[in-house]
Amino acid sequence: MALDEIYKEVILDHYKNPRNKREIPDAELTCSKNNPLCGDEITVYVQADGGKVLDVSFVGQGCSISQSSASMMTESVSGKTVEEVGELSTSVRGMLSGEIEPDEDEFGELVALKGVVKYPIRVKCAVLAWDVLQEALAGEGAAAGTSPH
Amino acid sequence: MAVTERRTAGLDVERVRADFPILSRTVGDRPLVYLDSAATSQKPRRVLDAERDFYERHNANVHRGIYMLSEEATELYEGARAKIAGFIGATDANTVIFNRGTTESINAIAHGWGRKFLKEGDEILLTDMEHHSNIVPWQLAAKATGATLRYISITDEGLLDLSELGSLLTEKTKVFAVTGGSNSLGTFPPVRQLADAAHAVGALLVVDGAQLVPHLPVDVAELDCDFLTISGHKMLGPTASGGFYAKRELLEEMDPFIGGGHMIHEVFREYSTWNEVPGKFEGGTMNIAQEVGLAAAVDYLEGLGMDEVRAHEEEVAGYALERLLGAGARIFGPTDTSVRGGAVSFWYKEVHPHDLATILNEEGIAVRAGHHCNQLVMRRFGVPATTRASFYVYNTKHEVDALIEALGKAESVFG
Repeated sequence: MALDEIYKEVILDHYKNPRNKREIPDAELTCSKNNPLCGDEITVYVQADGGKVLDVSFVGQGCSISQSSASMMTESVSGKTVEEVGELSTSVRGMLSGEIEPDEDEFGELVALKGVVKYPIRVKCAVLAWDVLQEALAGEGAAAGTSPH
Repeated sequence: MAVTERRTAGLDVERVRADFPILSRTVGDRPLVYLDSAATSQKPRRVLDAERDFYERHNANVHRGIYMLSEEATELYEGARAKIAGFIGATDANTVIFNRGTTESINAIAHGWGRKFLKEGDEILLTDMEHHSNIVPWQLAAKATGATLRYISITDEGLLDLSELGSLLTEKTKVFAVTGGSNSLGTFPPVRQLADAAHAVGALLVVDGAQLVPHLPVDVAELDCDFLTISGHKMLGPTASGGFYAKRELLEEMDPFIGGGHMIHEVFREYSTWNEVPGKFEGGTMNIAQEVGLAAAVDYLEGLGMDEVRAHEEEVAGYALERLLGAGARIFGPTDTSVRGGAVSFWYKEVHPHDLATILNEEGIAVRAGHHCNQLVMRRFGVPATTRASFYVYNTKHEVDALIEALGKAESVFG
């Protein structure tokens, strides 16, 4: 039941074999945050150009939800524009708060996090990576808005 | 591994369990295994009945009305005070102040005594073992007065490092605030020894009794503490019940914390004078039904006998420590049950406490995962969080077995 929903193979796979878990030493954009409730920590690195996300990575430590969410996030936003990332971030938050029934086409593997809705205290774990990314992109978003492209 | 429940002389756990309606519920299809009494205890029927009876038959505001109901309510409320005072060995019932519990109590003490009497150059001695509610109010008082905070550190075994007392407890120390029982490590510091040490330099001893009063026989005269806080909801009573004990002269000289109705003697345009103790500290309509419920909880605990309560917890916690260590868990806090209570913090393999608590919940087991409002303790041991199982009068060794079995399931998911 709920156990299967929340710890779907996808989550465990991303937790045990995180994607893009590396530093980008010369990243233009980076941000770190932690969730003092449980000590989850995530740092996100972003290479962006012309309002487009070219490469995203993360490092951090914490529970399976926070770390798998970060891993899935890095895969799902690569190649998107800052605006598209913002939209996806809003959708993911909607899914985690139970307001949006996720569409697999839009969400891909992120759908695996849907079960977190049943554990309100752990929604914070799942959105942490997205909070960090959004803050990292805030500078680029402003730059993209004034960009001549 | 199955064990036969060995009954301690006076505590028949199955009979105790039958007194707690919530313990017969299920979580999904599993029986509830409640291992979070350090957060809040469950309530026996007697406490629930006492609160209901108060509302159904005696409800009125206290110390106000000139009518029978109000007199009955006042009698029950003041009777609760006398009952709780007796439970902790306070000979003067009016030295027990009612409020919502330990957090409000320490705020009342740090505000009413701390801000009035502390000044620049004075020191407040705390320990790294304190709950945030015995740190933050003192930080606020220090900021307001210019006093300085000092901390006693924790040994690797999870005890207070008392070798530091000599250098940290000095004539500058005006107040020493210490836990009577750590809510994450389980440690029981030697309160009487600390009281003597504090008094030797002229400092007051404030004891956070949230994890002490529910679990050990307590006598404030024997402990010689100056303040002792009580959280009723952790000792089978209703939420927002309890308060604090203080030596009478301190209650007389300190300031009130909450201003409002009843706590005054006379109000003038520019100033007011205070009601007598304990009214001085009980502004506004109080938690009347809750304190009446707490008195019923005290009756219940006295019926069990606090020595039996202690013996039972020591046995169950000892068994839990043995089985957790056997399963390869890392324990935070002393493993010698003679210096610790029933709160057992651990880290199992590499499973994050949040993941572990979620898996345990699937098995009907309620534990706490997080920093337990003990961030200084977490930092001391280099972990972001721990999983904590805490035991009380209604917990059994079978429940410890259920916990250990569920750990195996967590390992199979995350291992």
